[in-house]
Amino acid sequence: MWLLVLPALAINVAIILIPALLTFLAAFSAWDGIGTPSWAGLANFLALIDDPIFWSSLTNNLIWTAIFLTVPVLIALVMAALMLAFPAARTPLQVIYFMPRIFAAAITGRVFQGMIYSPATGILGWLNAHGFALADPLADPDRSLFAVAGVDIWHWWGFLAVVFLAAMRQVSVDQIEAARVDGAGFTALLRHVLLPGIRPTLTLMLILTVIWSFTVFDFIYIITRGGPAYGSEVLSTLAYRHAFFENDVGQAAAAAIVMSLFGLCATFAYLRIQSREEGA
Amino acid sequence: MNIIPSRGGRTIALAVLGIGVFEALLPIALMLLNAFKTAGEITESPLAAPLHWRWENFAHAWQHADLASSLLHSAEVAACTIILVCLTATPCAYVLARRRIRHWRPLSFYFMASVTVPVQLYLFPLYFAFAKLGLVNSVPAVAVIYTAMYSPFSIFLLRTYVLAIPEALEEAAAIDGATPWQIYTRVILPLVRPGLLTVAIIVGLYAWNEFVIAVTFLQNTDTVTAMVKFYTLTGQYSSDWGEMMAAATIIVLPVVAVFIVLQRRFIDGMASGAVKA
Repeated sequence: MWLLVLPALAINVAIILIPALLTFLAAFSAWDGIGTPSWAGLANFLALIDDPIFWSSLTNNLIWTAIFLTVPVLIALVMAALMLAFPAARTPLQVIYFMPRIFAAAITGRVFQGMIYSPATGILGWLNAHGFALADPLADPDRSLFAVAGVDIWHWWGFLAVVFLAAMRQVSVDQIEAARVDGAGFTALLRHVLLPGIRPTLTLMLILTVIWSFTVFDFIYIITRGGPAYGSEVLSTLAYRHAFFENDVGQAAAAAIVMSLFGLCATFAYLRIQSREEGA
Repeated sequence: MNIIPSRGGRTIALAVLGIGVFEALLPIALMLLNAFKTAGEITESPLAAPLHWRWENFAHAWQHADLASSLLHSAEVAACTIILVCLTATPCAYVLARRRIRHWRPLSFYFMASVTVPVQLYLFPLYFAFAKLGLVNSVPAVAVIYTAMYSPFSIFLLRTYVLAIPEALEEAAAIDGATPWQIYTRVILPLVRPGLLTVAIIVGLYAWNEFVIAVTFLQNTDTVTAMVKFYTLTGQYSSDWGEMMAAATIIVLPVVAVFIVLQRRFIDGMASGAVKA
């Protein structure tokens, strides 16, 4: 029976577990990726602490987490509850809202860059030409992170809405009817019946959001590469830059460990909930 | 069930749902519309309809983005990943679902934990090890990486399909003298086939769309995927957005086509999984 498990396990251990353990070693080494690594003690971590970009990246991860714990979740909750009210429109709406999720980050990123944010070819440029003075947010270090977050929210909220709708449909009709008879309006129904009804799903998605927010990479790297002036740099793009553009794998590994530690607490919570659910 | 009874309430609700539709479709519509325009027309207005529908944008994009070969590489990576995931995740899902090994609990826990490990935690040693072994720019090597990334999700999805099979079937087969391997291939495999289809389309989508591994491991023209090719060709300072939107349209077309045909499977499968890709 172990033979049936072995292929999946062996691939996972070789690709994920062993390299992850090596990352821990690399974090305490001076290594350019090619030569022989040498022991460096805590030097990589101390260098991170001295690096203002590390702190701004960490802050950006925290901002990202705060945005994604609220904005897409609120949009998705409202949209899911509204879809619940229109059973006939539910299927086409789910397909449309879900659609952005199947678009690759590289495609979505470029469409937003060229067709929306660009001052020359995008809607923003068009608005500029028609009397609305709007600066390109991707060129502004203070706003680029939010502009990229906007792209990720586009790709994310519809998926969340579909997940929440699936959970809301499990909430008992009697409970909803009872609340209706008591005169509960839409917001009261959402807050006092639907929200408690989907709490397990909601908690799981919030925990996963925390994990993903500390590992976010694709949209930021594709759209701004962490710029301009490191304005949208997060820990994952910082680590990638150190490893592949500055040949400092030790430093990259240290940054990767820091970002993983933040996700770790959330991972524990996730594992507790999931293993209870899977009966494992 | 009528959760919004008032007329006015329903009108507002429909308006909000409509805004959602508009917001979700706007970038897609912009991509499609501008794929048919000249660079000049796009600068004029990204919202206007083209004066003349330029199908030649697609031909130019096909050539400049070398789509004939890069789409083939994407398809190869996706196909190899689908095959590897189905071959390795299915037996594993069976054993874990039926608790056929004593250590099923820590093993499930391990696979679950590996889902939440960020790519950056294993990417750097993996890349430099692959570079030493000559595995950079190898399609099968990338498929193996994707298999590691996507099989835990597939295992948990297939597990639910195995659990839906009555255990009595296996017992009956065992009484008839079937070996465990025969039970797996003759009883379990045919019954989890719908699950395999779901896994195949979702894993195929992830592999087709994947960015960070592809951009790191597949760099030369013999192996580059359509996604990476598109990424490197385009950028903030690109000039011909019409052609680029045409390339984008070609690359997403197969995905959207499969999605429209198999929407229920996509939505249910992805909503059940905990993988953000």
